[in-house]
Amino acid sequence: MVPLSYYLILGGILFACGVTGFLIKRNIITIFMCIELMLNGVNLTFVAFAAQWQALAGQVFVFFVMVVAAAEAAVGLAIIIAVYRTRETLNVDLVNLLKL
Amino acid sequence: MLHLILFSLFGVVCVAGAINLLVQTHPINSALSLVVVMGALAVEFLLLGAEFVAAIQVIVYAGAVMVLFVFVIMLLNAGIEERTNGSRVALRLGIPGLLIGSVLIAWVLTHANTHSVNVGALPGPPKTIGWLLFHDYLLPFEITSVLVLIAIMGAVVLAARPESPRKES
Repeated sequence: MVPLSYYLILGGILFACGVTGFLIKRNIITIFMCIELMLNGVNLTFVAFAAQWQALAGQVFVFFVMVVAAAEAAVGLAIIIAVYRTRETLNVDLVNLLKL
Repeated sequence: MLHLILFSLFGVVCVAGAINLLVQTHPINSALSLVVVMGALAVEFLLLGAEFVAAIQVIVYAGAVMVLFVFVIMLLNAGIEERTNGSRVALRLGIPGLLIGSVLIAWVLTHANTHSVNVGALPGPPKTIGWLLFHDYLLPFEITSVLVLIAIMGAVVLAARPESPRKES
């Protein structure tokens, strides 16, 4: 028997780690991984609430979140490759112009 | 009691992996610690009785998405992160924001009366999930398939090497 709040605290910690990494990291790939970490924290909260309310729709929403995250990862990594091809850097501070 | 022990064990693994992701400077180390986080989260999903979500977590996240990340890191030959002055501002704004957010979350959680969650109490076998997915949520499911198709085409267009402008110049 694990209280629901423990799951919510774990999800909150993961989300906070993701936000912190998003703010302090400079490598564009690591920033992207921090976004995935935030999505994982939210997914844990979804499943915990689904178990709390006996509502399976929460697990279906997690499925949709995962599909959107996979699509986002594919497009985002393609954008990273395109950015690296033109700028030859992965540092987000050096990518501050829309057009070269 | 066993549930609490398993939850604590894999919760500690989860948080340690997340913190290691922030501490490491090389992207490949961050990616591998993210795999650890996702694997531990799959166990937490199993503890909540969500077998389908746990399987999808391992297959889609720890499998497909992280392979994509590692592939891009190796393709771009990403090295150790360079530090710049811009990150100091984010650090100064981020730490107070993080503290305020965590205090708010802790306050809400300690003032809410929540019940315990049983392992396997949720009637969520993959059969039921499949029924929900292909019956009640059929329209969103079909829309996600269109979304994934657009994402694939967008990824191919973005990552394709622009051949013709290079030849002209």
